[in-house]
Amino acid sequence: MKARVFVTLKPSVFDPQGHTIAEALHSLGYGSIGEVRQGKYFELELDVASPAEAESLATEVASRVLANPVIESFRIELAAAAGGAS
Amino acid sequence: MTFAVVVFPGSNCDHDAEYAIRHAMGHDARFVWHKETSLGDVDVVVLPGGFSHGDYLRTGAIARFSPIMAAVRAFAERGGPVLGICNGFQILLECGMLPGAMLRNRDVTFHCEMVRLRVERVDTPFTRSATVGQVLRIPIAHGDGNYFAPPETIAELDAASRVVFRYVDAAGEVTEAANPNGSINGIAGITNAARNVVGLMPHPERACQDVVGSADGRVVFESVVASLAERGTVGVGAR
Repeated sequence: MKARVFVTLKPSVFDPQGHTIAEALHSLGYGSIGEVRQGKYFELELDVASPAEAESLATEVASRVLANPVIESFRIELAAAAGGAS
Repeated sequence: MTFAVVVFPGSNCDHDAEYAIRHAMGHDARFVWHKETSLGDVDVVVLPGGFSHGDYLRTGAIARFSPIMAAVRAFAERGGPVLGICNGFQILLECGMLPGAMLRNRDVTFHCEMVRLRVERVDTPFTRSATVGQVLRIPIAHGDGNYFAPPETIAELDAASRVVFRYVDAAGEVTEAANPNGSINGIAGITNAARNVVGLMPHPERACQDVVGSADGRVVFESVVASLAERGTVGVGAR
């Protein structure tokens, strides 16, 4: 079982990296790109028996370690591990 | 007077802190490895600067789980003075001993420079010997020092007078230009509700002798020594 964890800064939190990337894109001529928000992406290989366990484990790890709840929120997607159906 | 300097893998200001405490200030300092579960018989705990565990995930995010942190938390809960400098401050934020979080510097640039800090409060053990409004010249060296907390937390900090240091200009005023990293309201250091835990991004331990450009950081260490002497707890060995 594989879990994908997307960690992003909360909408109310200024994102210095995203802001800098947006400026770079504008300077490259991509004028139709507005705000850019940068985040983190984790793929977790999970040795668990069920999707429910995978969800529970990924949620625990994301909330306790991968994301800082003061500034970040996260979203989890479950997928079969490599080799299985996607 | 014995200071514990906690050493995490990736700490790189642990020896600066030990040097300042021992050689510049004349007190005893002891390194405590992060895998230890006891601080030993010490009077003050310093979490030094650096890049604990590489800061790969977030600054201080992994150090928070180090075995020694339970002892640091217990020491603080007994009223023991704890100072978090730079990465040490970030660790205190990550473990919730101080509120808020650090973002990447506003200009996504690592800043290594001398700044001016205005002392806002002298009712903490680390500022007791300073005066309100005193401006200290102390260096910073960080890429993630952009202090953030939600508006309600900022309001709480202000209401309880828990902002201890702010970045200021030569006139002692908080300005955008004097703010090196984008911290809300120029916040450079804060304290907890009990006022015995202080975290700040600048490095007072690197400003304890004129030969290094400033001795203004001495007041932070003098303060905690005076504070403990006043309380009469030196040598009691808060373990």
